[in-house]
Order: sequence, then structure tokens, then C-alpha cells
Amino acid sequence: MSVDEKTVRRIAHLARIAVTDDEVGPLQGELNAILAFVEQLGAVDVSGVEPMTSVTPMAMKKREDVVTEGGRAADVVANAPETEDNYFLVPKVVE
Amino acid sequence: MNAPVDPKKLIKGGLHDWEVIVGMEVHAQVSSRAKLFSGASTEFGGEPNDHVSLVDAAMPGMLPVINAECVAQAVRTGLGLKAQINLRSVFDRKNYFYPDLPQGYQISQYKDPIVGEGEVLVDMADGTSITVGIERLHLEQDAGKSLHDQDPTKSFVDLNRSGVALMEIVSRPDLRSSEEAKAYVTKLRTILRYLGTCDGDMEKGSLRADVNVSVRRPGEPLGTRCEIKNVNSIRFIGQAIETEARRQIAILEDGGKIDQETRLFDPGKGETRSMRSKEEAHDYRYFPDPDLLPLEFDQAYVDALAAGLPELPDAKKARFVKDYGLSPYDAGVLVAERASADYYEAVAKGRDGKAAANWVINELFGRLNKEGLSIESTPVSADQLGAIVDLIGEGVISGKIAKDLFEIVWTEGGDPRAIVDSRGMKQVTDTGAIEAAIDQIIAANPDKVAQAKEKPTLLGWFVGQTMKATGGKANPAAVNALLKTKLGIA
Repeated sequence: MSVDEKTVRRIAHLARIAVTDDEVGPLQGELNAILAFVEQLGAVDVSGVEPMTSVTPMAMKKREDVVTEGGRAADVVANAPETEDNYFLVPKVVE
Repeated sequence: MNAPVDPKKLIKGGLHDWEVIVGMEVHAQVSSRAKLFSGASTEFGGEPNDHVSLVDAAMPGMLPVINAECVAQAVRTGLGLKAQINLRSVFDRKNYFYPDLPQGYQISQYKDPIVGEGEVLVDMADGTSITVGIERLHLEQDAGKSLHDQDPTKSFVDLNRSGVALMEIVSRPDLRSSEEAKAYVTKLRTILRYLGTCDGDMEKGSLRADVNVSVRRPGEPLGTRCEIKNVNSIRFIGQAIETEARRQIAILEDGGKIDQETRLFDPGKGETRSMRSKEEAHDYRYFPDPDLLPLEFDQAYVDALAAGLPELPDAKKARFVKDYGLSPYDAGVLVAERASADYYEAVAKGRDGKAAANWVINELFGRLNKEGLSIESTPVSADQLGAIVDLIGEGVISGKIAKDLFEIVWTEGGDPRAIVDSRGMKQVTDTGAIEAAIDQIIAANPDKVAQAKEKPTLLGWFVGQTMKATGGKANPAAVNALLKTKLGIA
């Protein structure tokens, strides 16, 4: 499996990462090197083996249905470039 | 899918008749105190970003921990939909970019949902019923909310809703008209409210639907569908389907073809329009969320939840028909809301079930509707209405007087039996008094008496006069019997 230039541009856009024309070529090479590396795993026969989701056999941790957090709007928006009345402000997005 | 086509459900186009095919994805907000993966409150409203934990705001290093109650609610809902419960399910990341989705992905379930196939029995107004297949139900996070009208160049983002648990309930494309679609959502809402797993409050967005609509000539393969996003009332669901079906029919009859796309319904303009900007976002690149282990539980856990379920509307309806002798229609009206059914049972207990149903449905519901009140805020309690039904049953008051009594209890309150005593509303069963009134009427109307011998239907006129003379308090059965004897009508 390998990616072409168009795919590199598309996944960059989907992730909202600005990639310049100069960067597309080198990125394509790097991504294909990674894909080729991962592809070596395809040589292993895993038929009948369940995918491993954890290295230790453990059950998912659950929480009780209790309100324990909130009430810190100022902290939540503290890192935002722009805020007003504890709202995040972003460039206008309308359908 | 291949049930015979009912010609009444077809839509007439300019050239042909068309069949509309509808499937729905209903997003139901799980009733819980805290969010799906954080301890922040799910309460509606609140100051901006006040019900937000650092998990909901997707701060680096935060890890989701699932709310056990949300899992239980999803399982209860699955049981209520007579669906397969999957003892092992997996959370995936659905990746897309939007300002009110701080993670850059929604935690959802893709290949392995918590609930599999089930079904919903839907009663239609004409007395028929249809079975709508449920394909799956999965748990997922809600997104935040964007306000676009606060500023000319900025959108305001509030994450209070971000991370609240939703159940996405996906139906099979089993619906064949807007009426069926509306009845399906209504029934689904009733089931959820009985279960207590979603409050069904559409005004607050607790229940919203994505509606998939396509049309075809009867017998032909399925047409290309369009998805109408986020329709938030049952009435709009019906309108959106009608509007979209007619749009597609017009295109097809003009020789065009339908593009599969996402559309929005604008109730103000009565049209659906394309949401082209969302098209490319359909590449969601799902993959299992590495922050979450598979969700696993055993059958004993499911059985314990099943044992705690309330009686559901279908079972309750069947029981009302069997135990109280009600018509399926009346039983259906009574079980539509759990509170109505409970009220009815309180009235019917130890009384005539049909009489109780008549009073609850015709008098009480009629009056509540007129005043725009819900059963929870009824001014007439079940005990009071029960007493009125008793007074009729015992022959103390007539049905007509009972309506006056109901009116008094509605506006003034009080014990119906005491009101009847203190206001002299008792029915006159003393035949002497009734006879006296009848004798007077007969004496005053010799011509009518003569006519009545030829024309027995005139009896009605005499009954009316007698009731009038006795202030409506004469026992109608006694009046009838006495009049027949005195007028010589067999």
C-alpha cells in the first residue's frame, strides 16, 4: 500500500493541517516508508487469532453516574485564542 | 421489504404513482446525571461551558471513563426494542473536523454496537399495525453547540452538550409513508419514556431524527436516497418526507437522476436543500478508540436489567383489552403515556373498566387538551373522577348531571359525593315525584299525547319535557318506563 500526492493533500486537509506544495513530496515519501514498514506485519499469518486490545486481561473501568466535574468554564476556555462570556469564539461557520 | 404495495400509500406524480421508502436514524439523549465518558452534568442549559470537564474539552492527556448507568440505559432500551444485546461491543473514533467537536472525533460504535437487531410494533390510526425492523442501537457522544447569530464574523461555541450520551437507533427502510414515519417515532418515543431511558423532549433536542428518503415505482429496486439531517419534531418529520419525496419525483419524472447527498429541511420555506459543505466530511476514517477497552458484560447483568423493566406499552395495551374489556383503540389512547395509563388504572380499580375509560378519555383528556394541560397537571384527581363514576354507577346521579359535577370538580375541586349532597344534584328515583311531573305534562299537551299513540318516537319529546321539569335530576330509566305505561306505548 502506498499513497499518492493527491491522497497526501486530502488527508492533510481532513486533519486541517496546512501543507505547502514543497512539503507534499517529502511527506509522501515519509508516509510511504512508514506504510512499507507496517506492511511487513502482513507476512504473519493471523487467521483465527482474535485482535488483541490490551496486553493485560482486564475489564473496562466504569464510573458511577454522579456529577463530579464542571463549574470551571474559565479554565476550559483559558487556552482559546479568543473568548467572550466563557464562549469559545471561532471564525463563522454556517451551513 | 417485499410486502404487497398498498395503493393508498402511493404518491401521485405527474406521470406515475410512486412509492416512498423511509428509514430513520433517531438520536435519543440518554437519561443520566453525568456524561458518557466524564463526570460533568448533563443538565439542559446552564451557563456557557459550565457543564464541561477537561475530558469534554479534549484537553491533552485526559482519558475517557465510561458511565455505567449509560450502558445500563442502552441495554434497557435494547430490551424494550426486543433486540439482540451484544455482550461485547467496541467504541470507535469517527473522525471529522468541526468547531464544536473539540476532540476532532466523536466516540461512537461502528462495527460492534451494544445492541443489534430488534423491532417496534407501530399502530396506525386506521387500526392496522406495522412492524418496523431495528437494525442496531449504539452509544455515542453528542457534540457541542455553535451559536451563529451573536456576531457578524464569529461563531460562539458552548461545550455543555459535548460528551452527553446519545443512543443512535437505526431502523430498517421499512416505512412507506410520512404517516408511518410519524407513528414510528411517536411509538419509539413512548417506549423510551416508559423505560425512562430518554425523556423524549424534542423541544430540548433530546430526540432528533435523520430521515433517509427515496422513491421508486412500485416493484422496482430501491432508488437513490437522500438523508435529511436533524429533524426535531414529529410534525416536521412528516413534512420533510412529503417535501423530499415530491422533489425526487419531480426530478425523476423530468428524466433526471437523484444524487445521494445530505440535505436540510427548512420548515419556514417548506423545502429541503443540499448541505454540500458536509460532503467531504463523510470520510470518517473510523478506527477502534485506543483509549477504551471493549465494553463487556455477562448475560446475568442483562437478565437483572430485564427483571427491572416496567410493563411496556404493548403489554399494557393487551392487558387493558383483556382485563378491562376495552377496545384496542381506547387501550392504545390510554397507554400512549405511562402517566395516563397509571391514572386510568387508578380510576378503573374496582370499577367498571369501560365506564372509567369513557370518562378518562372523553371528559378528562378532552378537557385537558382544550386547556393545553398534561395529565400530570390535571385538576381532577383519579380519586375524584372515580367517585363521579361511582355516583353514576350507584344511580345517585344521571350521566348528564355527572358532566355538570365534573365541571364543578374541575373548577372548584372538592369531594364529588359531598357536592352532590350539598347542591341537591341527586337523581330523582322517587317514582311519585316523577309521576306527578309526567301527569302535569300529559294534562297540558293532549294533542301530543294523541299523536304519540300513532308515532312512538314522540316519546323522546316527553322524556325531554320531564327531564326539564325535574331539573335534569329524574332517573332516565324510570322516566322512560313510566311514560311508556302512561302513554300506552309498547
